[in-house]
Amino acid sequence: MAEVKSSGTGSDTATQPRAVSAPKTGMQRIFGQYGVSYAFLLPYMIFFFAFLIIPVGVAIWLSFTYFNMLEAPRVIGWSNYRLLFLEDDIFVLSIRNTLFFAFITGPVSLTASFLLAWFINQIRVRTLYALAFYAPSLTSAIAMAVVWRIVFSGDRYGYMNYFLMRLGFIQEPFLWLIDQRTMLPVIMFVMLWMSMGNNFLVFLAGLQTVNTELYEAGKVDGIAHPLQEMWYITLPSMKPQVLFGVINAVVLMFSAGFEISLSLAGLPSPLYAAHMILSHLYDYAFIRFEMGYAAAIAVILFIITFGVGQGALRLLSTKDE
Amino acid sequence: MIIRVGRFKMTSGEFTTIAALTILAAFMSLPLIFVVSHALKPIDELFLFPPRFIVRNPTLRNFQDLLIATYSLNVPFIRYIFNSVFVAFCTVVGGVLLASLAAYPLAKHNFPGRNAMFMVVIAALMFTPQVTAIPRYLVVYQLGIIDTYFALVLPNLAIPYALFLMKQFMEQIPGALIESAKIDGATEWTVFWRVVMPLVTPAWATLVIIIFVATWNDIWGPLVFTRTESMRTLPIALQTLISQGSVARQGAYAAATFIMITPPVVLFTLVQRRVIATMAHSGIKA
Repeated sequence: MAEVKSSGTGSDTATQPRAVSAPKTGMQRIFGQYGVSYAFLLPYMIFFFAFLIIPVGVAIWLSFTYFNMLEAPRVIGWSNYRLLFLEDDIFVLSIRNTLFFAFITGPVSLTASFLLAWFINQIRVRTLYALAFYAPSLTSAIAMAVVWRIVFSGDRYGYMNYFLMRLGFIQEPFLWLIDQRTMLPVIMFVMLWMSMGNNFLVFLAGLQTVNTELYEAGKVDGIAHPLQEMWYITLPSMKPQVLFGVINAVVLMFSAGFEISLSLAGLPSPLYAAHMILSHLYDYAFIRFEMGYAAAIAVILFIITFGVGQGALRLLSTKDE
Repeated sequence: MIIRVGRFKMTSGEFTTIAALTILAAFMSLPLIFVVSHALKPIDELFLFPPRFIVRNPTLRNFQDLLIATYSLNVPFIRYIFNSVFVAFCTVVGGVLLASLAAYPLAKHNFPGRNAMFMVVIAALMFTPQVTAIPRYLVVYQLGIIDTYFALVLPNLAIPYALFLMKQFMEQIPGALIESAKIDGATEWTVFWRVVMPLVTPAWATLVIIIFVATWNDIWGPLVFTRTESMRTLPIALQTLISQGSVARQGAYAAATFIMITPPVVLFTLVQRRVIATMAHSGIKA
């Protein structure tokens, strides 16, 4: 495939700050010559390490301790993890809910974002459509609960029940947000509604960077249908955007379900049917103040998110080429 | 086949695409239209059966109720609005500034450790922020800033997503431009403010909206880091209104939802073009 896109290679255009003083010894030279670069980086890095990198390390350490905020943490080995997986049925349930939620909404949302962006890119008037698809992602899950609670209300006043009963699909009003069979699907529906966010824009922008000469070349090579064109030319050209989108989706899917669950099903949700890993983490960390145990939950979530993210990246980057 | 709609001509394929997109766009907008309409409903329409989608006698009464009568909340509602606006403002300014400063050397300088640093930032894109919630809480606790504005702003200033987008965008700036400014005697600091920042306007406009929306909608931060009602932000106030679930508050609740949802949508509409220009450079090479 020809050279498609030139973003992301900074080293060739990069310029070196000129040496301020004559070369001296090792450390002195590095800081004399590159001091400016480090100075620019410093403020970000202070906050980055203080509130992101070091906390990850501390969380891992805390997960091996008993810690209730009152006494100093006491190291207790693997027992938090043993408790989590062997005794805590609700945690196992929360993992199941979260994975089910993420593995369905993640791919569906990514595919939908791409297809919508692709379709919009085919037409001339884009702005209004882009806004209509993107706007839901700007809303707060908590605020939108006002709508979803009316739509999925368990009495006959709810829109969903009202329409399904009018159409004869159900006879009695259905308790969408209380029945354990529908709670999670409703949350997933809401998630999908508000998930055409940054990824949709990333794809929309990416589509405009695809080299149009490739389409000409494709026509010569016998690509006739627009869908073929999308599969063989557009998608491979947009691989960098797709990779970025995948990472976004993974993070979003493992964290956003909690807010919707909290606002629609409550904490704890009836029979824990909408209990997410984050619900469990919040419960133990900030309601019960069992920080060690909660840290173990956080570490497991971290491993899952990171693992799924890396796995998806590897899968996609070896697929073609 | 060519279809004419007014003075526009289009192919049948284009027509189908537009029709399908229009239906989907309308369907997806329904909940937002409902929020606007709901907020304007007088009390009798709020409880109508079957629920009326579009308000018939619009009134601003709900907003009045929300701002004046605050009987079941302990602080005036305007306080939540102020908290939200103030925290979002500080986080946006700090977050954009830190990300831009750090992105510049990562995009345009060569120095030892550059690639390693960028790798860490890429890896951090995959951190769900809640994973670090407990140690963050401990840091904030140790700093003695629990239940202050600092607790709502400081932990959210280093945003890998922002740094990543900014760095990708800055790489598009021709190195020669920076070089010539330096030959004219500009320091790195001047180059950054006079040459680089004006050229990356789309990128920082994008970051402003992304960080604003994230902070405005954030429930985790205020839930964890604040204790007193007067430090809570809008989403928490809304959550409180929901859980009280009292009939009398329905109107105020609808108005609060409207206040919560409108600013991000309006802001985004203003900068949409720039956001798309920024996202064009967002790809990851792997």
